[in-house]
Amino acid sequence: MLLELHPLITPAWGQIFWGGIVFIILLFLLKKFAWGPMLSAVNEREKAIEESVNLAQKTQAEMKQLQAQNENLLKEARAERDKMIREASETSKQVIADAKQAAKGEADKIIKDAQVVINSEKQAAVAELKTQMAAFSLEIAEKVIKGELSSDDKQKALAEKLADSISVN
Amino acid sequence: MKKFFGLILATVFSLSALASGGDKEFNAAEHAIHHALDAHEIHIADAITIPLPVILWTENGLVMFMSSEFHHDDSGHHIVEKDGMSFVKLHEKIYQLEAGAHGIEFDAEGHPTNAKKITTDFSITKNVFAMFLVAFFLLFVFIKSAKNYKKHDTLSPKGIAKWTEPGVVFVQDIAKENIEADKFRKFVPYLLTLFFFIFFGNLLGLIPFISNPNMTGSISITILLAAITFFIQMKNSRKTYWLHIVDPLGNSMPLIAKIPLYVILLPIEIAGIFIKPIALLIRLFANITAGHIIVVSLIAIIFVQTSGWWGFLSVPMTLFISVLELLVAFLQAYIFTMLAAMYIGSAVESAHH
Repeated sequence: MLLELHPLITPAWGQIFWGGIVFIILLFLLKKFAWGPMLSAVNEREKAIEESVNLAQKTQAEMKQLQAQNENLLKEARAERDKMIREASETSKQVIADAKQAAKGEADKIIKDAQVVINSEKQAAVAELKTQMAAFSLEIAEKVIKGELSSDDKQKALAEKLADSISVN
Repeated sequence: MKKFFGLILATVFSLSALASGGDKEFNAAEHAIHHALDAHEIHIADAITIPLPVILWTENGLVMFMSSEFHHDDSGHHIVEKDGMSFVKLHEKIYQLEAGAHGIEFDAEGHPTNAKKITTDFSITKNVFAMFLVAFFLLFVFIKSAKNYKKHDTLSPKGIAKWTEPGVVFVQDIAKENIEADKFRKFVPYLLTLFFFIFFGNLLGLIPFISNPNMTGSISITILLAAITFFIQMKNSRKTYWLHIVDPLGNSMPLIAKIPLYVILLPIEIAGIFIKPIALLIRLFANITAGHIIVVSLIAIIFVQTSGWWGFLSVPMTLFISVLELLVAFLQAYIFTMLAAMYIGSAVESAHH
């Protein structure tokens, strides 16, 4: 040999030969009986865990959605109730107002009618009174005139008085 | 690299030179390097060794015997006769003596003159044995883990899978980050095998009582791993990858401006194809081997100084480095796998960007 290598860095064919055989056989046996089952189990588990986590996350999201839906529903119901109450109160107010209005109208009408009746009664009464008064006046006048005209003096005095009043005018 | 080793060698040599003085010299550098090298037996303690089979392919066919037949001799003096051939072991390499030779002879530099190193040595060495251990351990641990998923529901890992699953998912994530999403699955089994082979190999090398096999710090093994990675990268490479190499600037400037640049850029890009896996194999080899050499060198302080008192310095430092090596064991496995994923990812990229 031209170059004498140090024994530490001199490859030995025997070791390479046995090493090759051992390593190749080891690789095939381990691949078939150890790495295969172990890796498939590990990766299957990884997949299962991933799926479970995904499922959990999905369920959680669904739950959240459901909760939101419930809340919305509740909110809507509450709004509906408020609206109904408001409407009912408005209706009742309206009814009361209407009733008031109607009552007022009726009362006004009754008052007006009464006034009409009273007026007509009053007029009738006044008319009656007037008639009565006229009758009384006539009677009184008759009685007065009868008294005035009962003597000549008196008739003369009256005539003078009347004539005075005329002449003055 | 050579500088790095030179530095370590120089340090340890100077240490041992300081310590020597007597005629029986303890060569710490040789000891450290020897420890990081492959061996034909597993040395647990003096006189406690596990022999390993020696398998040689010679001109007369296959020769097999146990390494114990060398009687722990590593200097080339104990001759083993098989099928009319004579073998000796020198620095953990098997040499075949020339016909008619009755003993090994050395030249002035210490190289044998009448023996030939056998390159077709298929022995079950310490590293090969460590590789088998790692392979069996990986098969045991991960097939057992995989069975857990069949027995129980897949909702959570049970038993040993509790420990292995994070690692598996970790490597899968490395692939996911570096390879496009629709293609990464194909490469996950390779990257997993690669990661755990290196990681467990690194960890096995940290166990002292089985003589720290430096399997993942063996250049042969790192060459093999880088070569397999390179092969997978090339096999799955697409048009975009090659376009990036032959036309790295794309449509960013007119052709006339590109020509002078490409005189420099093209060779760099083409060299880069090969430099990447080479850097990969050197990084792992150097990091793990350095760790082994440092540990042995620190322990060697005691022997260089020939005083047990030095243990108070040497042992805590060794412990510290060993703990650091635990981190390195993981880190290097991660870096190798991550870069392999990155290289594969760059090769399979689609043209969309």
